[in-house]
Amino acid sequence: MDLSLIIMQLFSGIALGAVLVITALGLTIVFGMLGVVNFAHGALFMIGAYAGLYLASLTGSFWWGLLLAPVLVGAFGMLIEFVLVRRLYGRSIDDPLLLTFGLSYILVEGVRIVFGSDGIPFPTPSQLIGVVDLGVGFFPKYRLFVIALVAVVLLLLWLMLEKTRVGLIVRAGARDPQIMRVLGVDIGKVWLAIFGLGVGLAALGGVLAGPMRSVNPEMGTLVLAEAFVVTVIGGLGSIVGAVVAGLMVGICISMVALFAPEMATIVMFALMAAVLLVRPQGLFGLKGRA
Amino acid sequence: MPSYETKSRRAGLSRRTALMGLSAGVATLAMPRLGRAADDTIRIGFPTPLTGPFAAEARDQVKCAELAVKLVNDKGGIGGRKVELLVRDDKLNAGEAATRTLELIEKDKVHAIVGALSSAVQLAVNEVTRARGVIYVSISQSDTINEAKDFSKYTFHEALNPHMTTAAVARQTIKKGMKVAHLVADYAYGHEMLRGFKRAQAAIGAESVGEILHPFGAADYSTFMPRLMSLRPDVLCISNFGRDQANAIKQAVDFGIKQQMKIVVPVILHNQRLAVGPDVFEGVVGGANYYWGLETQNKTAAEFNKAFRAANGGAIPTDYGAYGYSGVGSLLQAMQAAGGTDTDKVVTALEGLQYDLTKGTQRYRKCDHQSVQSVLVLESKKKSAMANDNDLFAIVASDPGADEMLRSCGELGHAT
Repeated sequence: MDLSLIIMQLFSGIALGAVLVITALGLTIVFGMLGVVNFAHGALFMIGAYAGLYLASLTGSFWWGLLLAPVLVGAFGMLIEFVLVRRLYGRSIDDPLLLTFGLSYILVEGVRIVFGSDGIPFPTPSQLIGVVDLGVGFFPKYRLFVIALVAVVLLLLWLMLEKTRVGLIVRAGARDPQIMRVLGVDIGKVWLAIFGLGVGLAALGGVLAGPMRSVNPEMGTLVLAEAFVVTVIGGLGSIVGAVVAGLMVGICISMVALFAPEMATIVMFALMAAVLLVRPQGLFGLKGRA
Repeated sequence: MPSYETKSRRAGLSRRTALMGLSAGVATLAMPRLGRAADDTIRIGFPTPLTGPFAAEARDQVKCAELAVKLVNDKGGIGGRKVELLVRDDKLNAGEAATRTLELIEKDKVHAIVGALSSAVQLAVNEVTRARGVIYVSISQSDTINEAKDFSKYTFHEALNPHMTTAAVARQTIKKGMKVAHLVADYAYGHEMLRGFKRAQAAIGAESVGEILHPFGAADYSTFMPRLMSLRPDVLCISNFGRDQANAIKQAVDFGIKQQMKIVVPVILHNQRLAVGPDVFEGVVGGANYYWGLETQNKTAAEFNKAFRAANGGAIPTDYGAYGYSGVGSLLQAMQAAGGTDTDKVVTALEGLQYDLTKGTQRYRKCDHQSVQSVLVLESKKKSAMANDNDLFAIVASDPGADEMLRSCGELGHAT
């Protein structure tokens, strides 16, 4: 087995991991800050892909779709929080879980009614069609773009959480919402924004995945499972964990695909089982959280 | 005051009429249920994966099966008996399919089963129908179902099988001395197609340079691409189905695979070509049981298209849809010939049947009940060559049906 093939495989793994990171991120943020396990995450990923496709065809440009879909679907997420999820805070963790689970069915069926259950083509933006010569082999331009974009989003997210006053409130709110209320912070608004952010990230993942896969109502199902695996490996609620675990799972799948391709899906779950045995709270999770 | 009186009376009257109407409605609703217990309707069970990755193909099958039933009912049914199609969602799951099939047989008292859209699921349905002695016309690709160990006199296979499909495709795409790589879905369908291709390429004198099995229903194929490119084959055979086909081809094209090698699939799917667009599929070659464009050269196809268009608002029938039509249609013709639903008589009628429903004469071979039929080889057109939105493929070849296309009865383990 020559080295260039292994390097190529590493690249595919990172690109795959980038999409995993972006989808797991929204899930883990919402759980970490709000304690809500969002089972509609996969469905919102799918809604994001459809919204991106719709907006792209409306405006004639992929870039408007990429920009607007996460914002609009994020706003839709805030509506979900405001109308539905908000009423369940303080109840057992199962209640929002069941609510979002039911919501995911409604969303998938809704899309089936509006757009039909056949797949719809999502063309790769013309600027990113083709391959780049990496020296060791050819790699699709679009996938390199995805890696870069995810890196930028992560950087912005980190800056927001660590360097701004809003980030400070968010982090403090996750630790102790009661104290934040006493200090005169409207924590309800913070939670609204966080839920919107999580859903927006899911939608961004959907738009990014669109040109790599065909867009169909069931595309979120598998993604939800993958996002959960990544979140559990990284530690529920940990952002760093989601990033590390996402890349780790991507690279792991890619390397296994080289030696035992039929095991490529199973390896993700094997990795999760192994991590849970050694560190039940996940790689970066806090004890007692999960 | 009088005006108030009339108003109230009118309201009272209308309420009563409404109630009467309602009860009449309830009565009519209940009627067919009452009728069912003692009726002589011919019921055909139709399990198919309405949800999941093959949903698009499944829905086309249902439309076509309904058309076959409607055409028979319009002509007065079979010996005066109406035909009813009972569609069930098997969710592409062998267990679910077996349960639904059992229900159809035990509870709904169906006279025969047609359907299933995955080789694994169809084998599960066959297990149930075989044990209960109910006729099953399977309409999804399988080689195993022809073999003696899975065969029963009640089992009929209307679809093409991997052996005949891959042989026809290989003949058009693989030349002596070529190097061939395989990307294969890791389940019965993929394995059977791989076996077919390898047998065909060995006969042609081509060399296999590598086989990669991928998990069934995978969304990402990027991790297999560097390896496939490093094998440097002339032809890449992608043997998977439904959305797997669309995703695998799309991602192969993203990696620039088409510049290096030809992409060949055992079965090129109408709906998946629609799902990823003409640029991605351009130049991909694959087999098919049916393509609507056959109408310019085949009278039966033209008639089938016409009937389908009339029933479905101008839409055209697709490949797997056509199986629903020919599967149910051939069974109904046999029932017509047998003069009813007596299982043994219908089996005998099916064995002796010559039917021409979608693309020319077909018949079930006696030893394994495989339908002997023509195989099409199609090439996906590029966008500029398409005359309209439905003009997806060019017909590269249409091999007429012949016994020589099939493995011999002896090889399959049947008494000859």
